[in-house]
Amino acid sequence: MRIGYYPGCTLKSDAQNFEISALAVLKEIGYDVKELSRWNCCGTVYSLASDDLMHQLAPFRNLIRAKEEGYDKILTLCSMCYNTIKRANLLVQKDKEKLDKLNNFMYEENTKYDGSVDVIHILNLIKDTGIKKIKEKVKKSLRGLSFAPYYGCLLLRPKEIAIDDMELPEIMEEIISVTGADVIDFPFKTECCGSYHTIKDKDVVLDKTYSIVNLAHELGASAILLSCPLCDFNLEARQNDCAKKYLDFKKIPVLYFTQVLALAFGLPEETWGFKYNKQDPLPIFKEII
Amino acid sequence: MELKIKDKDIRNEIVKKIEELSNTNVFRCYQCGKCSAGCPSSPFMDILPNQVMMLLQEGKIEYILGKNTHWICASCFTCSARCPKDIDIAAVMEAIRVVETRNKKDYISIYEIKEEERKGVPPIAFVSAMRKLSS
Repeated sequence: MRIGYYPGCTLKSDAQNFEISALAVLKEIGYDVKELSRWNCCGTVYSLASDDLMHQLAPFRNLIRAKEEGYDKILTLCSMCYNTIKRANLLVQKDKEKLDKLNNFMYEENTKYDGSVDVIHILNLIKDTGIKKIKEKVKKSLRGLSFAPYYGCLLLRPKEIAIDDMELPEIMEEIISVTGADVIDFPFKTECCGSYHTIKDKDVVLDKTYSIVNLAHELGASAILLSCPLCDFNLEARQNDCAKKYLDFKKIPVLYFTQVLALAFGLPEETWGFKYNKQDPLPIFKEII
Repeated sequence: MELKIKDKDIRNEIVKKIEELSNTNVFRCYQCGKCSAGCPSSPFMDILPNQVMMLLQEGKIEYILGKNTHWICASCFTCSARCPKDIDIAAVMEAIRVVETRNKKDYISIYEIKEEERKGVPPIAFVSAMRKLSS
């Protein structure tokens, strides 16, 4: 099985803490994944209009790249990349006419895509490795901390691309619990963060950030864990705007789940990527480190 | 809200286009309201998703285009996942947006966003906002 790693735009800029920690964690559990030598933006959102093939070109081209380099699977870390590329892949696997049309449009590519590459998310890959095997890697117990897992929308919906149960996913809980920390049964784990409305209708996002973070506090969470750079921006960086709007707002650290795993595996401090976090997570770990 | 329905309004050209773009038969909706009950963005919408479905059945497309519901929808797919009639309401919202953007009616313009607002915002947010909300 050859896995090609597809980073996507934000992991190379604002979410470097996700990339650094995820690659270190994968290496520790036995995957030395290689980045695709060429890739482009996936388009971030899957186009839902039935006649809109133009917007399938970006994810399609990445699938061509993966096939060209002989990979069976594309690994994504970002939830939005996962959703977009996975759905575009499903579309062309199901609809031969659209597959041909896209291939014909990109006639200058040397490789024709045939729907043979699979798209996987890092949560699936880690789970498939075996929870027992991951547990063996834990060097520092995070007992005493409690985490609120947050999936957001695009890992779980629609059903055909869901990495776990749509309404009650447990995959992240299973993985985080190996660290010895408590995992909260978080009712808002599949809630929307407001997504791209952070650009024009910031209030839509702030309202959601306020309720999600407040509930995490109420349930006694030390931090929120997630796997999407846009959810991270809305739930973490937007806390500063939230504090200005709601006077009773209390901030909370927000981390990528791989950052916590890197710490628990006893990997070097630079792989935790804490310097990229907008809300300093160090205080919650001060008794452990 | 008073509504007068005429024969020619029902399943008019735009409603047909929306059905085609979203692969949906809007008349499947029986108004259970699960989409609106689960919608995390509904507090910010002028009219609720199930009301949009009903107005589509009545052919009242101009009324829908005058409201912000389809723009506020963030395609989180909660409605589509919970619809007992298996209607992809998120795709219907996208189809309404597409009808607007193909007529050059954009909800967002990059020039309107102030420089201080752009600072620190990741590329993923800009690309998705421009893709969904502009032509």
